[in-house]
Amino acid sequence: MSTTSVMGGIVRRKEDPSLIQGKGVYVDDIRRHGELASAFVRSPFAAATITSVDASAALALPGVHAVYTIDDVRHLGLNPAQVAVGTLRPLLADGTVHHVGQAVAMVVADDRYIAQDAADLVYVDYEPGDAVVDLKDAYADTVQVHDGVSNTLLTWNGHAWWEGVIDLPDPSPGIQEAKERDDTVVVSLEMVNQRLIPTAIEPRAVLADWKSGYDSVELWSSSQIPHAVAGAVGLAFGIGSNKVRVVAPEVGGGFGLKLNVYPDEILVCFASKVLGRPVRWTETRREAGFASIQGRGWIGTSTITGTREGKILGYELDAICDMGAYTHNFTVAIPLLGLFVASGQYDIPTSYALHCVVTNTPTTDAYRGAGRPEAAYYLERIVDAFAREIGMDPADVRKANYWKPDQFPVTTPIGLTMDTGNYEVNLDALLERVGYEDLKAKRDAARAEGRLLGLGLSSYVEVCGFGPSALAGLGFSWAGYGLPAAFNGSGVVRVQPDGTCTVTIGTGPSGQGHETTWAQIVSDGLGIPMDNIEVHHGDSIDSPMGIGTFGSRSIAVDGTASFEATNRVKEKAAIIAGHLLEAAPEDVQFADGGASVAGSPDRTVSWAQIAESAYQPHTLPEGMEGGLESSVVFSPPNATWPFGSHLALVEVDPETGDVDLLDYWATDDCGNVINPMIVDGQVHGGIAQGIAQALFEEAIYDDMGNLLTASLVDYPLPAAENLPMFSLDRTVTPTDVNPLGVKGIGEAGTIGSAQTIVNAVVDAVSHLGVKHIDMPLRPKRVWQAIEDARN
Amino acid sequence: MYPANFEYVVPSSLHEALTVLSESENAKVLSGGMSLIPLMKMRLVRPTTVVDISRLPGLDTITDEGDHIAIGALVKHAETGSNALIREYATALAQAAGVTADIQVRNQGTTCGSIAHADLAADQPAAVLALGAVMVADSVRGQRQIPAADFFVDTLTSALADDEILVGIDIPKGGRSAYAKLGRRGGDSDYPIAGAAVWIQGTDGSVADARIAVTGVSSKPYLASAAAEAVIGGNGSSDAIATAASHATDDVVVLEDLYGSVEYREHLAGVYVKRALEDVLA
Repeated sequence: MSTTSVMGGIVRRKEDPSLIQGKGVYVDDIRRHGELASAFVRSPFAAATITSVDASAALALPGVHAVYTIDDVRHLGLNPAQVAVGTLRPLLADGTVHHVGQAVAMVVADDRYIAQDAADLVYVDYEPGDAVVDLKDAYADTVQVHDGVSNTLLTWNGHAWWEGVIDLPDPSPGIQEAKERDDTVVVSLEMVNQRLIPTAIEPRAVLADWKSGYDSVELWSSSQIPHAVAGAVGLAFGIGSNKVRVVAPEVGGGFGLKLNVYPDEILVCFASKVLGRPVRWTETRREAGFASIQGRGWIGTSTITGTREGKILGYELDAICDMGAYTHNFTVAIPLLGLFVASGQYDIPTSYALHCVVTNTPTTDAYRGAGRPEAAYYLERIVDAFAREIGMDPADVRKANYWKPDQFPVTTPIGLTMDTGNYEVNLDALLERVGYEDLKAKRDAARAEGRLLGLGLSSYVEVCGFGPSALAGLGFSWAGYGLPAAFNGSGVVRVQPDGTCTVTIGTGPSGQGHETTWAQIVSDGLGIPMDNIEVHHGDSIDSPMGIGTFGSRSIAVDGTASFEATNRVKEKAAIIAGHLLEAAPEDVQFADGGASVAGSPDRTVSWAQIAESAYQPHTLPEGMEGGLESSVVFSPPNATWPFGSHLALVEVDPETGDVDLLDYWATDDCGNVINPMIVDGQVHGGIAQGIAQALFEEAIYDDMGNLLTASLVDYPLPAAENLPMFSLDRTVTPTDVNPLGVKGIGEAGTIGSAQTIVNAVVDAVSHLGVKHIDMPLRPKRVWQAIEDARN
Repeated sequence: MYPANFEYVVPSSLHEALTVLSESENAKVLSGGMSLIPLMKMRLVRPTTVVDISRLPGLDTITDEGDHIAIGALVKHAETGSNALIREYATALAQAAGVTADIQVRNQGTTCGSIAHADLAADQPAAVLALGAVMVADSVRGQRQIPAADFFVDTLTSALADDEILVGIDIPKGGRSAYAKLGRRGGDSDYPIAGAAVWIQGTDGSVADARIAVTGVSSKPYLASAAAEAVIGGNGSSDAIATAASHATDDVVVLEDLYGSVEYREHLAGVYVKRALEDVLA
């Protein structure tokens, strides 16, 4: 990488002036002439049969245009963008409902107020049935969510997950043997990784405008995957995806909740087609607890068998994972992603069973980290418990079991290949920076005074930036709507006739700063100033075929495509400049907004002159094609595997159980860094979301399947005042799977943080006899754990 | 999250506001809107008329009235929390204002609005109960004064009649006060799981008189009389404080929710009575 360039430097985000002044354009800011608004009638029951739907009063309300039920849209089939495992969600409830808030009918009216009034006037008769909410009850299968279908959709077994592709030995016999040895210790904990509601500052929003004269549709959607939405809409209506323009303008937070194709995206297209007017729907904050996916929701037991010297001889994880009532885009694949990193940074025999179980609750799917925070939580909590059991420092136990740098590329216990890693160096960098020994002394001194200070440590490894494309198959059927484009990245770099540059990419931001990072890559390559580079994204027709923004994949995959496209443009520009300057292309150098000849600094041409020539073919070298742009599709040979070490210092109030988070340190490693400020921002947000799971957030359902935390009054999000200043640093271990040497960073903070906090709190109270407290560590739980241990 | 239809009235005088209220069947008074608007958007409240008093002149002041401090209906939490008079003469209310919600809410929501809303877990009611404040209610029928002890009737229910506006609060001078709470997000962040305000009068460590109020614990904020009696006449000893704490929930039904069991809340009420007393006696 060049050292004199904007790459690797802190560059202020190009997008911020518009975003922070409220001038960004989101779906709800877009207005179409003659548009109508819609609202949904939602089930108050988690399990019920629908006996009748009476929409007459709603239809009689002035300003109401239509009320649709499944009978109106059954011919569109099922939402095509769903993993073909388990029961798929119909576009609207078809005779039965399986979670509270499931959409039963859609109302279209002049405005959203009338639509809501009318929705309240649609009378639905239900015969309630038995809801299955508790995960263990669901796994026992005594009551079924979908009649005649086992609640357990499938079980991911570590060594067997790609049976028939490669053969992996079953680690279980070896682990059993270790357990029976006299010199081993077995430590086991049952833990809940609670269900969360992803809460984007901009809820989902859609606006469809069907063009009857062209049999095509424009759909604006707050989506992470506009190309996939276009594919699904095309399949639903029997038109090519080339007739569906899906635009994701500014997206106010994604976190995975906008990584689904939702029924409402198809339904607004349907209503617009039938009514001949644009139709919109904007999710309300309360609806977001029903109409979009949720995350996490595991209960499981992790067990470590190891020696008193700290060598881990076996790790077992057995968990029930909540899928909700229906499967969506990835649903059953989320535990699989956790399985990919279940043994973390450690060279340890591992055995897993992850049971994917349905319940009468909204669907779960990818939420920041998507399976990997859960896996890291179960592993890193039990590593800590093991260290405590054998009386070793938790840092030393980790070091005793890390993969060593000379073992890379590492084949993991489930047959995946980890690219690069340097774990002990990373942990040592953290421990030295924070003064680990002094911190421990400070903790112990405070404890001697009766204060409850605790230190919590966690290592983590992430897998992200997928491919290789063979991994995308995994036996699922995603055919036809875009995601099977096999996890490619795409980018188009074009120098305009005036010498400015456009970069059009197959991925788009929901806050990550793509417009700045991509401009840095291209500016670095071409020497065109950042201000003259515009990054475009989020249009299923005008952007190159893209997979979307998720799984910390944008920079490693789509970033590489733009990097390669930049190189190709540069090669061609060098030939043109050489032609104009009467020099050999290899003697042409790019700098200061143009090209010059090596050794003759006064022989220069500007990018505008090069571009002007490119668009006038008669001025080009004989036979050269006109234009100055390149389109590249990059298929990564492997995923990337970022990693890091996190540490927290907490103080627990012994009287109230209140947890005061005093300090938080992280040393992450995401390979080469293009913009340190943007990377730090991603880590900040990720850690905040992990801390929020550890301390605040929980989607709580009662036995009837009612969501008790449907408003932000009862679902506490983290605020700045709840968080300390994070102290960040990084080590740099570049990947070899892309030429930029970059890994992903979007989810790392979340994957590393929740267990860091819980480890710290348990450390603070472990001498009182507390072994574990389930998240969220609200004061009442911590207080109760202390009480229980004392009594 | 879209409110049902309603008529929106912006009166130009208090008299006009009171007249509209007296003539409406189901009207609500809007000032900062921090509680009313969310309830309307969830359609839990469906007023036919909303009377927006936020632009009425003369109601946004805090004044020294000699023997008491007067807070107008439109004074925001942020002002209450930082005002020198309140900090000196009604410390508990200033402290409560400083830990209410977040800075955006404190810049928009009003002290009187919070009190009129009568949320069982609001910060302000505990402070005005302990301070022995007087609520000034106005209507076309005339003005009346309601002691704080009689103002909080039940969950989200105050002594205000449908045609009355809480136009101000009078807080008597004298004594010292403090407020302490445990918030839902830990520390003093968010609604109190339990909170206590205390007021004492006395010199040289002796406690001649005291009031102790508790919020977030029962169906309404309340005066814990037995707790106050435990410290009155004493010298603020740790034994007296412990006794007061042990009476924090006498004669009330303690509630249970996602943030705490009955047992935990009883315990917390005592802890925060103790901490507020320690603060004010320090």
